[in-house]
Amino acid sequence: MKYLAALAGLAGFILLPHFIGEYYVEIMILFMINLILASSFRLITTVGDWSLSHIVFMGVGAYTTALLAKYLGWPFWGTVLIGGMASAAVGLAVVFPLLRTKGFGFFIGSFALGEFIRLIWVKFHFPFGGPRGMIGIPSIELGDIDFYEATPYYYLVFIFTVLCQVVLYRIDLSRTGRVLKAIYADEDLSKCIGINVARYRAMAFSVSAFFAGIAGVLLAHRLGAIDPKNFDVNTMVYLVIWVVVGGVGTFWGPIIGVAIMMVIGEAARPLAEWRPLLFGGILIVFLTLLPGGLENLILRFKEMLEKLRSAGESQPAE
Amino acid sequence: MDWPTFIQSISNAVILGSIYATVAVGLALAFGVMQMANFAHGEFFMAGAYVVYVFYAIGGMPFPAAVLSAFPIVAALGIVTERFIFRPTRGNVLAGFMATAGVAFVLQVIVGQVWGVGLMRSVPTPYMGAAEILGAKVSWQRLLILPATVTMVGGLWFFLHKVRLGKGLRACAQDVEAASLQGININKMTALSMAISGGFAGIAGALMAPINAVTPYMGHSIIVTAFIVVIVGGMASIEGSILAAFILGFIHTFVTTIFDAVLATMVGVAFMAVILVVKPSGLLGRARV
Repeated sequence: MKYLAALAGLAGFILLPHFIGEYYVEIMILFMINLILASSFRLITTVGDWSLSHIVFMGVGAYTTALLAKYLGWPFWGTVLIGGMASAAVGLAVVFPLLRTKGFGFFIGSFALGEFIRLIWVKFHFPFGGPRGMIGIPSIELGDIDFYEATPYYYLVFIFTVLCQVVLYRIDLSRTGRVLKAIYADEDLSKCIGINVARYRAMAFSVSAFFAGIAGVLLAHRLGAIDPKNFDVNTMVYLVIWVVVGGVGTFWGPIIGVAIMMVIGEAARPLAEWRPLLFGGILIVFLTLLPGGLENLILRFKEMLEKLRSAGESQPAE
Repeated sequence: MDWPTFIQSISNAVILGSIYATVAVGLALAFGVMQMANFAHGEFFMAGAYVVYVFYAIGGMPFPAAVLSAFPIVAALGIVTERFIFRPTRGNVLAGFMATAGVAFVLQVIVGQVWGVGLMRSVPTPYMGAAEILGAKVSWQRLLILPATVTMVGGLWFFLHKVRLGKGLRACAQDVEAASLQGININKMTALSMAISGGFAGIAGALMAPINAVTPYMGHSIIVTAFIVVIVGGMASIEGSILAAFILGFIHTFVTTIFDAVLATMVGVAFMAVILVVKPSGLLGRARV
């Protein structure tokens, strides 16, 4: 049943571009890139660290591929891995000092270091293009396929999204994933049973930066132009909104969050400049009234249904 | 750097440090009393500037009266934020912090839609001319910030140490449970601290209105600096945040004068990162963040 649903979902995604307009194909490309971003963000939160620099690691991947493709003419197939690895390496350098902090300190410290990296892009006109960023990032080529078109790019991003999600899902279920959750549940106890807490925290941060970097590479080649504003704290707050709305308790939370918020974002397009108010309001409502996000709501709803069902079953017996 | 530039930079740094101090003291107070980390503090600053814009530049009210009225108006914003954001998220610093990011969005949109986004609102300078200090020229408008800061910080010190209500605030900051056992109403104290915190940000914004460009997004740059200041000073320490405000004021002014503004911000965030790693409790703080 589960596999059937998954297969149907995959088939739906594969067939989708043939039924919707080009505009919506573009939206779906962004949606899938955001999925990689949100799911990788969840990986850090499973260990209990909330980062405010995740979007900057997307930028590291984007700038890496832009530099390599533009100045050295490297093909996408090489830069996508290098972009991810560059992001993971920067992530390791950033998280190293942050390991001394926790909770709010980690959040604000990651912001400071992320902002430092972002300001490097703003400061140096060569090679990063300064505040106006980089333009003319070449589109991807493979044989006869022109990835400048939306539909081929859709399939490319689709393959990467599936790969990333599967890897992230496997990590979540693996021993490593359980160790991360153990650290979140009780850090001191984890230390007592011989878990190297610092090492696992660093690893979670770096691995999630790797995936954010890949999302950045995919974004850079689609947009063709990037600038430091793409990766500032304002954009980061939107990522936080997706994750808060969905919840981070399960693997599916952030996915639900991105899906719902992108639908709301599209539906609210006529609101124009009032949109941030809507998003701010949603963020407030979820944090103050619905902690745990939609996934928590769904779980509670399921529990309620089961209670009702068991109550219904037990009644005739009496 | 020649002598007049040097003197000029020093006076600029002191003024900048004073503004940072007024903003950061409120942030530190709210964090000290009940771990309330207010991301919308910069928007409170912006709201203060708009009070002056509306009352003084449009309404024709005298400048000092407009500045003073920023205090109760923004203090009210602080109370509302405490009641509807910080109280439901109490015990979870991150949730409160992220929810106030939502408040920042809301305030930006409302102010932007009511008074317009694009063009900056110009607030005419009420006090023309400049004072000459050792060859450096400081406009009266900027110089005014110095006594205002001293009065406010002094007033806050007096309130916290000599007034019963203020002592209650400090008791709360030391130990919430013990304070409530003494019959101190915790909810009242958190609301009070957010009122003072908001009022201070409002006055700072009001004083800067004729100097800064008044836009709905002006709070953004100030909040980054303000958090750097309180982290460096020690999140809950008022003395620490004042010290850090002047350190950051000097760093920012001198790096900007010698190099450029982007590098100044980079040095600021790097300084904060170093403090977080070397002394996570901040310069004068006791507890870790």
